[in-house]
Amino acid sequence: MIRALLIALALTVTPVRAETLRLAATTSFNNSGLSDVLLPAIAQDIGLDVQLLVVGTGQALRLGQSGDVDAILVHSKAAELEFVAAGYASHRREIMYNDFVLIGPSEDPARVRAAATATEALQRIAKAQLAFVSRGDDSGTHRKELALWAAADHDPANFAAWYREVGAGMGASLNSASAMNAYILADRASWLNFGNRGDLSLLFAGDPALFNQYSYLPVNPERHAHVKAQAAQALEAWLVSPRAERIINGYQIGGETLFVFNARP
Amino acid sequence: MSEIWAGMAEAFLLIWSLDADLIDITLRSLQVSLSALVIACALALPLGTWLAIRRFRHRRFVIATMNAFMGLPPVVVGLIVYLLLSRAGPFGVLGLLFTPAAMIIAQVIIITPLIASITHQAMRELWSDYHDLLISLNTTHGQRIATLIWDGRRTLMTAALAGFGRAIGEVGAIMIVGGNIDHVTRVLTTAIALETGKGDFALALGLGFVLIALSLCVNLAIHTLSRTEREGRW
Amino acid sequence: MVSRDLYAQLQAVVVKRRGKAVLGPIDLDLSGGGVTIVLGPNGAGKTTLLKVLHGVERVTSGSVSWSVPAKTAQQGQAYVFQSPIMLRRSVRANLAYPLQLLGLPKSEIATRVAHWAARIGLSAELDVPAPRLSGGEQQKLALARALIRRPDTLFLDEPCANLDGRSIREIEEILREATEGGARIIMTTHDLGQARRLADRVLFLNKGQVEEQGESEAFFTEPKSPGATAFLNGDILE
Repeated sequence: MIRALLIALALTVTPVRAETLRLAATTSFNNSGLSDVLLPAIAQDIGLDVQLLVVGTGQALRLGQSGDVDAILVHSKAAELEFVAAGYASHRREIMYNDFVLIGPSEDPARVRAAATATEALQRIAKAQLAFVSRGDDSGTHRKELALWAAADHDPANFAAWYREVGAGMGASLNSASAMNAYILADRASWLNFGNRGDLSLLFAGDPALFNQYSYLPVNPERHAHVKAQAAQALEAWLVSPRAERIINGYQIGGETLFVFNARP
Repeated sequence: MSEIWAGMAEAFLLIWSLDADLIDITLRSLQVSLSALVIACALALPLGTWLAIRRFRHRRFVIATMNAFMGLPPVVVGLIVYLLLSRAGPFGVLGLLFTPAAMIIAQVIIITPLIASITHQAMRELWSDYHDLLISLNTTHGQRIATLIWDGRRTLMTAALAGFGRAIGEVGAIMIVGGNIDHVTRVLTTAIALETGKGDFALALGLGFVLIALSLCVNLAIHTLSRTEREGRW
Repeated sequence: MVSRDLYAQLQAVVVKRRGKAVLGPIDLDLSGGGVTIVLGPNGAGKTTLLKVLHGVERVTSGSVSWSVPAKTAQQGQAYVFQSPIMLRRSVRANLAYPLQLLGLPKSEIATRVAHWAARIGLSAELDVPAPRLSGGEQQKLALARALIRRPDTLFLDEPCANLDGRSIREIEEILREATEGGARIIMTTHDLGQARRLADRVLFLNKGQVEEQGESEAFFTEPKSPGATAFLNGDILE
């Protein structure tokens, strides 16, 4: 409530300056199309021109670490906690979540549709040794995938040639999966916004284990004096505001909501 | 095949409607690559010519190295420039990372050896023709370089266009040092990479055709301006 | 013809290439104006001698001195090569080039270019690219380009080697005019007839040595060295 008032105040009092801020965000965030809606709104509301670098989670963390960006938006809790613990960011702020889904050939030879949990679905794929495309790029999605394999008692290092690490972003990986007619773990937003589906369809979703939390981490100004700490703060304030909540919760592709706002003021 | 037609249609639509984003990234592509070309030529043309006419101890080694640098993988150049310009790197304080300036720097590094190498080859031939005459006429070094560059300008233009072609089509290095930021460092090639990654092949192809058309236009313009095919010219 | 004093001197000059002496040791005093023809069989060192005098070939030992400082001397010289070296430019640009190097004003350049183009009969071809001219035209152009600077000394290395009779006659005419204008000419040639026509003085070179030198009339009627005698006789010298 107070934040809403503060923002309203800021809007009326602060002249709209074209201040810029560099934000490193993950490919899955950009591929969803949400950034195309958020950025103009941010520019309009708080006069902040967000320069978006779309990279994998690993690279985003590197950029934050070296101070080449002012803030990062990623989805890998373990890595984020490490980042904060190392002092590169003062804190992490949860903003929204979406979920991961299992994509695969419509025929579904592994019968993933019938699985009860995500773990079981993966086990079926591994047992049948069917083509599976992995991001393989140390991104949030990749880490989630590895965590799921671990929960399923498998080590991808031991997988045979059916497991293909492409080392690419979400869209590129989906392209590869489409071309190979393979299974792949993707975030729902990127899938809904993907234009080259081929024979692939959404086979499995809904397991809480597939929960995908996005958080915002401003780079620590004590580490890098040159970062735009104030702008980063202003952006954070906006991202947890009711206005952001409305936009995020209201963002749909083909009638489906993609993200759920869960920031706490 | 239908994708390719869709791509051509997309390209036509984009150009016809003078899509604002398209104009933005096209102008930026030209800005980055032409700037890189001008700087690279300013470095490479005198260097290549000078190497052709001067004899010094390690000349062969320098020439071999220059030729080898033509094969520098652009993405490696991008990575090195990134590490140099990063805040964690030696030139971080300049704040050049993720700006068009960084892209220009990377492209200059990539295309200068190419232009210098072609220049050197052309100037070497020309110098062996002119050698006796220019020495007999008491020319200074500067006069020799100027004469060679002027008389060899047709080949040098080819060298420059080769450099331009390399620059405008480059994507690896400028993706890394530019960051493909919308409205800031996004150019045709990085936009194509982005749209391909999103699976929007029609748009990616459309942009690709725009890029090809752009390259053709630049080449045609330069050839027309220099009247290469004018009757009586060699 | 104006007789001049000693203008160049070679002292103990030796030129070696790849360890082998191609010229020298030579002691030579050059004086007088007019045309000096350098005669001799192939490989005698004629071209090397010319290049040494012009300063574009380095001597391995010995010295070359001119009556004026070396730099001034070279600026007053011009050289015509056996194969004409054409700049890849128009006839006009070729003629203008040496004058542009000297920094002469445009009007002066234009005047001289027009004069010489007419003199060599290429007024209509001023904008033709020089490499497209015939051999004879190119050599005339090279000669005009050399003379346009009004040099004191003109070196020519077998300038008429590959030319037809008409071109040869035209070139010899221009050379005569040049000497009348005060230039001295040092020229190598294979053509004994040309040597007889043009020479005031002859230098006979054989195996890198000056075997004989003297006034041309004396040389042609009564050569003193066995080499020269054999050469004039038409024998092959080894």
